[in-house]
Amino acid sequence: MNVVGLFFYLFSAICVASAFMVIASRNPVHSVLFLILAFFNAAGLFMLMGAEFLALILIVVYVGAVAVLFLFVVMMLDVDFAELRQGVLQYLPIGGVIGIVLLVELVLVLGGLSITPEGADLVVQPIPDMAETSNIQAIGDLLYTKYVFFFQMAGLILLVAMIGAIVLTLSHRSDVKRQNTATQIGRDPATAVTLHDVKPGEGI
Amino acid sequence: MAVETTAAVQPGLSIGFFDTGGFFETYLLPFVIMLGQSVLLLTILLIVVAYILYADRKIFAAVQMRRGPNVVGPWGLLQSFADLIKFVLKEPIIPASANKGVFLLAPLVAGVLALSAWAVVPVGPGLAVADPNLGILFIFAITSLEVYGIIMGGWASNSKYPFLASLRSAAQMVSYEVSIGFVIITVLLCVGSLNLSHIVWSQLDGAGTMLGLPSSFLDWHWLGLFPMFIIFFISAIAETNRPPFDLPEAESELVAGHMVEYSSTPFLLFFLGEFVAITLMCALTTILFLGGWLPPIDVAPFNWVPGVVWFVLKGMAVFFCMAMVRSLVPRYRYDQLMRLGWKVFLPISLAMVFLTALVLQITGWAENRPDPASLAPTASVSSTLHST
Repeated sequence: MNVVGLFFYLFSAICVASAFMVIASRNPVHSVLFLILAFFNAAGLFMLMGAEFLALILIVVYVGAVAVLFLFVVMMLDVDFAELRQGVLQYLPIGGVIGIVLLVELVLVLGGLSITPEGADLVVQPIPDMAETSNIQAIGDLLYTKYVFFFQMAGLILLVAMIGAIVLTLSHRSDVKRQNTATQIGRDPATAVTLHDVKPGEGI
Repeated sequence: MAVETTAAVQPGLSIGFFDTGGFFETYLLPFVIMLGQSVLLLTILLIVVAYILYADRKIFAAVQMRRGPNVVGPWGLLQSFADLIKFVLKEPIIPASANKGVFLLAPLVAGVLALSAWAVVPVGPGLAVADPNLGILFIFAITSLEVYGIIMGGWASNSKYPFLASLRSAAQMVSYEVSIGFVIITVLLCVGSLNLSHIVWSQLDGAGTMLGLPSSFLDWHWLGLFPMFIIFFISAIAETNRPPFDLPEAESELVAGHMVEYSSTPFLLFFLGEFVAITLMCALTTILFLGGWLPPIDVAPFNWVPGVVWFVLKGMAVFFCMAMVRSLVPRYRYDQLMRLGWKVFLPISLAMVFLTALVLQITGWAENRPDPASLAPTASVSSTLHST
């Protein structure tokens, strides 16, 4: 009995089912929750392959950060579900075509490898033996030597995107009160407190 | 479930992918052993949580010159168990307009996730249900998921206060995760491994041994990475929604935040998850900065004590600090909380990552440090540490 195989089919079945439920469920929040379940099972598949680092990073980045933001936005949406579902039949052909194209591409890649096994030799960097190096070392060796410029470039692009988003949304309003911690802490009794000698019945 | 999956990965790797023989020896027996270990760990953990809860209330009371729980059992020692029975026996009420499935799933998520992270925590040398290579990353992943219990609970209650709480919590926990991540990275730079046991063993050598002293508390990371220790401590409080950062359940404004609509066992699960997460953060502070199970000074009377005792004592000390912070510091306003996370902690921790890497590179410590896997049995550790 092959336990690894059993888990593989378990994870992939749940993954496909929850991916289907992402587009099928009526409530957008449920969709995001099913998306999280799909991420989890994908992480489980990575674990089965021995790629623990990728699995955990998938959980930290996608489930722990990206999906939280999704959920954050979706929860606050005021969506009319009936209206949202009206155009399903109209968009079905386009979605179907895209799905079929993706499926054909996947079949071509995987089928090509099984028809011509020597195609696997074209891989530039062979996968190192997992018994000798750890996941992180294997990825780091590749990412910070051979692909260091691409890696840095990806980081720069993300930085530019982030700055762009901040520049687009940042607006300095001058009519709101702001808290300046430095000036608050920098105050001393000499400037903050004044002593008044108040006469009875006069006030200040 | 996460307990078994992570643990089962390790043996599965070494025996290869399509191994068909020896189902009993390779899978069933380790699974049963691991199950037993997990049950033992959970039992001890729940008892510890019961008394942590009691300690929290007693410390809070003592600071305010009250007596705290003192009726159930001698000095109120059985108060937590009385509360447990009360929660379990009461009727669970599900609001009519709540989203029933998610409403009941949320406390389960909160409780199970918090407990599952403990599977990889080594409380003594070799004393962990699983000790995977990426232990610290596993804990980081689990703690980053704990926000889901709160978000789901707040949304599914379909009521205003819980919803506000879940919005606050989502932003708060994502913010402080960032600084926790950077703090962990600085520690990892010094250790060279993500294995929690390696992190502890690497603290045998440090500032103290460089001066020629025996292995002592001066070698632990709290000294070498001092600002990070403080940042981690504060971020841990924020990450577990403890006062003064308890905005998701701020009693004075949101009643009880995400837990308003919960009663009985679901409420208990939320509460349990929160306190297990706190114990986890105490344990993590101990492992990362306070030398885990290592004795404070590696000389005769101290290193006779088993490592587990030191681990528990250090964890308790960290928890005492958290309880004191809770009783002494007023609650942060929301914008102050965000300012502290993004404008203070993030730049400092990011700068420390660069600084640590720079120092390690210039001094050559990163090159010359021993292989983390070989750290465990060194001559400088007394034999009592190994025998346990």
